[in-house]
Amino acid sequence: MTDLTPHAAARPVAGPAAGMPQSAGRPGEAAGASDKGVPPPAPDKGESLLRRHVSSFFESWSAIIGLVLLVASVAAALLAPWFAPQDPYDLANLSIMDNMLPPGEIFGMGQTAYLGTDDQGRDMLSAILYGLRVSLTVGASSVLIAAVIGASLGVLAAYAGGRVESFVMRVVDLQLSFPAILVALVLLAVFGRGVDKVVIALVVVQWAYYARTVRGSALVEKRREYIEAARCLALPRRRIVFRHLLPNCIPPLIVVATVQIANAIALESTLSFLGVGVPVTEPSLGMLIANGYGYLLSGNYWISTFPGVALVIVIVAINLVGDRLRDVLNPRLAK
Amino acid sequence: MTTPVLDVRDLQVTFSTREGLVTAVDGVSFRVDAGEVMGLVGESGSGKSVTGLAVLGLIDPPGRIAAGSIKVKATELVGQSEKALQKVRGKDVAMIFQDPMTTLNPVLRIDTQMIEAIRAHEQVSEKAARERARDALAKVGIPSPEERLNAYPNQFSGGMRQRVAIATALLNRPAVLVADEPTTALDVTIQAQILSEVQALCAETGTALVWITHDLSVIAGLADKVAVMYAGRVVEEGPVADVLERPIHPYTAGLIGSVPSRNKRGVPLAQIPGMTPQLSKLPPGCPFAPRCGYSTDPCRTIRPERTPYPGGRAARCHNPLDVPPNTPKADAARELTP
Amino acid sequence: MNATMNADATAPAVKPILSLEHVHKRFVKSLDAAERVANLFGAGLQDQVVRAVDDVTLDIAPGEVVGLVGESGCGKSTLGRIIAGILDPSDGLVRFEGADVAKMNGADRRKADLAVQMIFQDPAASLNPRMRVVEIIGEAPVVHGLIAAEEMDAYVCGLMEKVGLDPATRRRYPHQFSGGQRARINIARALAVQPRVLVCDESTAALDVSIQAQVLNLFLELRRELNLTYVFVSHDLGVIEHIADRVAVMYLGRIVELAKTDEIFEAPNHPYTQALLEEVPRLEAKKRAFTALKGEIPSPLRPPPGCHFHPRCPHVFARCSVDRPGLKPIAESRLSACHLNDETAARPGRTRSAETVSMEAAQG
Repeated sequence: MTDLTPHAAARPVAGPAAGMPQSAGRPGEAAGASDKGVPPPAPDKGESLLRRHVSSFFESWSAIIGLVLLVASVAAALLAPWFAPQDPYDLANLSIMDNMLPPGEIFGMGQTAYLGTDDQGRDMLSAILYGLRVSLTVGASSVLIAAVIGASLGVLAAYAGGRVESFVMRVVDLQLSFPAILVALVLLAVFGRGVDKVVIALVVVQWAYYARTVRGSALVEKRREYIEAARCLALPRRRIVFRHLLPNCIPPLIVVATVQIANAIALESTLSFLGVGVPVTEPSLGMLIANGYGYLLSGNYWISTFPGVALVIVIVAINLVGDRLRDVLNPRLAK
Repeated sequence: MTTPVLDVRDLQVTFSTREGLVTAVDGVSFRVDAGEVMGLVGESGSGKSVTGLAVLGLIDPPGRIAAGSIKVKATELVGQSEKALQKVRGKDVAMIFQDPMTTLNPVLRIDTQMIEAIRAHEQVSEKAARERARDALAKVGIPSPEERLNAYPNQFSGGMRQRVAIATALLNRPAVLVADEPTTALDVTIQAQILSEVQALCAETGTALVWITHDLSVIAGLADKVAVMYAGRVVEEGPVADVLERPIHPYTAGLIGSVPSRNKRGVPLAQIPGMTPQLSKLPPGCPFAPRCGYSTDPCRTIRPERTPYPGGRAARCHNPLDVPPNTPKADAARELTP
Repeated sequence: MNATMNADATAPAVKPILSLEHVHKRFVKSLDAAERVANLFGAGLQDQVVRAVDDVTLDIAPGEVVGLVGESGCGKSTLGRIIAGILDPSDGLVRFEGADVAKMNGADRRKADLAVQMIFQDPAASLNPRMRVVEIIGEAPVVHGLIAAEEMDAYVCGLMEKVGLDPATRRRYPHQFSGGQRARINIARALAVQPRVLVCDESTAALDVSIQAQVLNLFLELRRELNLTYVFVSHDLGVIEHIADRVAVMYLGRIVELAKTDEIFEAPNHPYTQALLEEVPRLEAKKRAFTALKGEIPSPLRPPPGCHFHPRCPHVFARCSVDRPGLKPIAESRLSACHLNDETAARPGRTRSAETVSMEAAQG
């Protein structure tokens, strides 16, 4: 290997210590400025794309606000049993004497009902915290299950092509041609009420979004040269699909999933509001809104309004986070 | 001495990035006369494209022209308002890009775009403008130009599209045409066609041509003079034949040696070690010093100034590869291989 | 065409490591449901067929460097992928060390697949962005049992040193490297499965000139060290001239000329090769007028009949638009597909004479 150095013999020579690669066997390009002198066995840490995405996520104020609100809601929902003033499910705690108290009144054992009480004498703050639990659980679990099913089918359809792809995608088209709320209503009318049944209904109406999203990005990724390289290395097909193709289709999936959590929560609230969702014993935010709806015009505004505000905050927070994720993860918007 | 059509002096373009202020173009000066072809050669990150964009006044934030002057036909462009620049752009200075779709609108027909380009700068009837557009297409070798005027850009092949972009750029007979690697994405035979047409057109209209490329061999056949850029600076300039035959700067010599060529089959190429430096982390002295086989202590501490040499040449180097003036011309590239 | 065991007369007279016999590759875009419905109403739509590779026969001897050159759409990349085993031919045979690859059993086929590796054009796109370099290089040899999982780290370090990368950077991700370094990662990944043939598909086209020279030197060095065989696919005649022993010139799916590099560059026989060489910008050529070959490359969807090159050929005559010229020996170990070689009259030389120009005009 020749470089410019042969001539240097006639001239003052830069020593190797000065960082000038002299040896023929080791082209200078190998020695990045940052890792000069590091002995080979000790690898330096690589900066993954994830870490880079995380740092650019936090460049947006609205995303930070959204994330803070979201984390606060999730924490409040998770920790509800420990700091809610009352267990709203325990009928022994409830006293019909406390019903319809406006915000700020004293109820039960001298606690303050900051957000008032409902027609059963339930503390609204406690009911909202517990309702948030139900809503978030239903939203997150349905999205998780739907995403796993949808993503697997989508990536398989894209990689397999041909009839498999046609079949999966026609089912997706069929699914998406019905309004989600209609499908969910029919399913719940058949299944009956129940948290698990709501989750199943939501999975059924949502998986197609993920299948379509993942197939779309998998079709793009499939043509990239690193997939060809994996095939050239005769790697097993399963490994190519799940280790090479799928991880590179995840970013758009994350964006869709985030926004879909908000949609799932809204959908569940609607179903519960219509009376086909979660059972009365485990009231979600939607159910609380429905309960108070009748009293809205009779001046007892708080029973419906505060759960509604909580719902809006959660959904807006998730959407703020989702929007930022889209900006960060979309390579076309980057730079 | 006549005043040059394009006169760039001490141009400095900076970009503010996350890693701080980066000087992409640093003290670049050159002048091009009417009908002259200058090659601007460099690798990625050398600042050659930014220089081209600066001439058109197309540096957008976070970039800005920090210092220097750009004169087209003795009119200063630096510091002009966007409105004033728009009058100059397309009329006195035009640019063609590697991707012709940078300048062509995909949803408008060719004739609409070309007529608009003419009428933006001149009061002519639509009919006259259309005729001029047709003639321009014919000149760049587009068959049946009258029909092709009614086509949309996506109905042309890559080579044809680039011709349309060139015809559009030359519609108003600009004094200066900046071409940023317009043939790099094209096949060899198509590249040759376009080179020959641009060459003929510029000679005919007296347009000064700045041809930006990474490919020295294109410059060899096309240009009168050449400026070689490295890390934002012009490291060597001069008449093309002299620079290619007897490079003064070791980087130019290395570039020439790196071009695979028939003389050296199977023998390793004279490579330049190391990588192109990051502009945000330039060494204090000569930016090429870490890769240079001739670097000495001053190279690592003192930034070399532009030094003129006989024959209209200049270079920025502390240890120039000076070939004695009276010896027969040696092939400097071959000299580098033992 | 010849009685020896090599179907390709220009190949060195040794047992070829790889041979292609009458290989075809067609890409068919079949009609979708809507178009088939339209056909029921008499739309008369047909499947679109691109003959990306059209009857190619080529032997590759162990240790040689074969260059495949041509312009976009000539099928050189497709042929490279067939050689690398990424694509299967629509017709014809690919033999690895004499055995038909299509008829091999699983283990033999895998061995043959691993023996031929490819270096891709885009050094960034050909590396999985979500894997660390150590995994990218070490994955295949572990999966195929060439090394044990715990040997991977040391094995990868060795390979990285061989291709001029700092092993300390092995836990980094591809985006943390420069273009030239990514090209080296690609090479190390291919070398990891101990291949005997490397197919380089425009592997240096995306690199800067000075980095390209480094990578080309690395290829030459590895060839010497590991006794590798190369198939170099490139549109850059300078690169091919520098590195190849033998060159196949392709035009619209067919090989039009096949000969030793010196012979092709000194005295090109086929008019297309002549034109191609004439138009290559060269450092040696001082300011000159570019004489351009007329016309565009035809669409591979509708290639011209007869000789594909005839609409652009300065020497075209009646037979060219009817008969497909076969790839025939014109000298010892030299093949060209041009009807002019059959004519008794002396062939026109490299420069176009007034006669040929008027002939061209007469032919329209």
